[in-house]
Amino acid sequence: MAEKKIRVMVAKPGLDGHDRGARVLARCFRDAGFEVIYTGCHQTPEQIASAAIQEDVDVVGLSCLSGAHRYLFPAVVEQLKERGGDDIAVVGGGIIPEQDFKLLYDAGLKAIFVPGATLDGIVDWFKTNIKTRD
Amino acid sequence: MYFAKELLDSSSKMRTKWEDEVKKVIAKTPDQKPRWSTVSDLEIRRLYGPEDIKDMDFEKDIGYPGQFPYLRGNQPTGYRGKYWTFRMFAGMGDAKTTNERWHMLLKEGQTGLSTAFDFPTLMGYDSDCPKARGECGKCGVAIDTLEDFMQLVEGIPMDKVTTSMTINPPATALWAMYCAAAEIRGIPLTKIGGTIQNDMLKEFIAQKTLMCPPDASVRLISDTVEFGTKYVPRWNTISISGYHIREAGATAVQELAFTLRDGMEYVEDVIRRKGLDVDEFAPRLSFFFNSHSDFFEEIAKLRAARRIWAKAMRDRYKSKDERSWWMRFHTQTAGCSLTAQQPYNNVVRTATQALAAVLGGTQSLHTNSLDEVLCLPSDHAVQIALRTQQIIAEETGAANTIDPLAGSYFVEALTNEMEEKAWEYIHKIDEMGGMVAAIEKGFPQLEIADAAYLYQRQIDSGEKIMIGINKYVSDEATPIPLIEIDDSVEAQQIERLQAVRRKRDGKAVKKALDDIKNACKKGDNVMPYCIEAVKSLASVQEICDVYREVYGEYRDPGLY
Repeated sequence: MAEKKIRVMVAKPGLDGHDRGARVLARCFRDAGFEVIYTGCHQTPEQIASAAIQEDVDVVGLSCLSGAHRYLFPAVVEQLKERGGDDIAVVGGGIIPEQDFKLLYDAGLKAIFVPGATLDGIVDWFKTNIKTRD
Repeated sequence: MYFAKELLDSSSKMRTKWEDEVKKVIAKTPDQKPRWSTVSDLEIRRLYGPEDIKDMDFEKDIGYPGQFPYLRGNQPTGYRGKYWTFRMFAGMGDAKTTNERWHMLLKEGQTGLSTAFDFPTLMGYDSDCPKARGECGKCGVAIDTLEDFMQLVEGIPMDKVTTSMTINPPATALWAMYCAAAEIRGIPLTKIGGTIQNDMLKEFIAQKTLMCPPDASVRLISDTVEFGTKYVPRWNTISISGYHIREAGATAVQELAFTLRDGMEYVEDVIRRKGLDVDEFAPRLSFFFNSHSDFFEEIAKLRAARRIWAKAMRDRYKSKDERSWWMRFHTQTAGCSLTAQQPYNNVVRTATQALAAVLGGTQSLHTNSLDEVLCLPSDHAVQIALRTQQIIAEETGAANTIDPLAGSYFVEALTNEMEEKAWEYIHKIDEMGGMVAAIEKGFPQLEIADAAYLYQRQIDSGEKIMIGINKYVSDEATPIPLIEIDDSVEAQQIERLQAVRRKRDGKAVKKALDDIKNACKKGDNVMPYCIEAVKSLASVQEICDVYREVYGEYRDPGLY
């Protein structure tokens, strides 16, 4: 039986428009054989959570470069929980100062990728750590 | 012909000899890599000589400063009369904090102001809007009403210092605040000078501060151009920006081509929609470019930009006034070239990028601070960045003579190549029906996405180098002091906004907003009504909500 493809939603929460990283990663995931949904910019945590459940994704990758990750990333995890999507993994990336890592991991993020992470490194992390859901 | 036949003949002979020598040397010592290219992946030859620019025509293609085609600059005196404007982009937390930073920068020798707004302001939302949660004051200053704005410009000589505002969809509202603030201070609109970025096309292409669909967005821009032409003659009502296009991953050629084609779109729209003559408004169009890490590519790009614009204005739009032919531009060093790793290296990157901007003839410059890759700049970091410009201006001698790289075989050849490649893009977009049509097809967005992806792959494979990222990597982190915008700024700003809402005359606000709506519907210029609205203490979002209601909202299609 063919291995099930990882289904990933790349999402841009909040008002931030810095989408270069998100779009490069969306393309990279597609090239790696994942099924990719990219939300575009300016999504609310509610919109992201409900789209993730509707699209039945395995993982949501959040990108934020505006400094609002401290509020937005945990809010997405919360919204997923509220909608019964606890089993969808949430990871994040962008301009995230190291002192915020703990807050984000405590909130339930599974990984944080910051400048210097390579595309292949991120893909490998997904392949190792993201289980496709049945 | 640029060179005499005798020179080309002798050069050709010498070149053959040199090429033989090269073959011998590389047989023993091969080149370090097979292909040498710019950061934008433009292939560069080992050597450039007379034959590479032999088809140039001195009068037509190079000329003199202050003369067509302005390759060598708009100003006949270069930087001797005046250096470029030292204009650091600054905004943080609330208006009071930002005002303090502005005064500090002016005291340190900055010669122009530049405003960074926070995301809610940039997107036309008030600080208490649910969509704004977590963003208030984080990456710029939060401005909700004229009260905030008055505090922002407190003690700033608005008739002497020019102020740039990076604001796009809500540009009418924020410019209205500047105009209203000047009037309240008793300064006539004819005396204030500055720039609003107000370039929506590049938002759809790259920066993504989005509000209304493209056509309505361009309409509001044309309103500001018309209003400025008639009433605020020293204001640059648009800063046609390549900076963000480049930061989104474009190549230098794409930045050049898309920016200039955007400029042409605005020219065509104002002529069509407002019936103005090109020379009535074109002298106040300004531009904004990125200065990235590839030194000569950036210099060539800036030189090419001036020549393309001059040709387009004179020949394509039949402009008669030479002031319309001048491309006047601000430059910012490349934020995307900075690294969080070994952050002090960013000082060096910024310095060389700033030098390229100066050798390319910029009229205004922002130099990034070493910590801007991580957060808003600290006082100390911004001082180093400002001093970088001052050192280039007053120590290096780079400003002594005009366009010092003119006549360089390499720089002229690269300038020509960039111009040719830019025209190819411009003509392609013409064939698509213009920039709005090209954007609707996703053309520039996907061209940039291709370039960004290629570059990231080249970084990952080591084909392109970023020191500290994929070469000379250090295991040790270099901690630097970072400023943090406290989450309490949001609560305080919301309190301030709500106090304004309580005390203002609700009826007057409603009437002012209704007047804007009627102007939108009738096709009247919205600017006079916006000025009245901000004076009644209508908020940025309340004005923008009128636009959203009348024109509809645009959603990022999420192309990748």
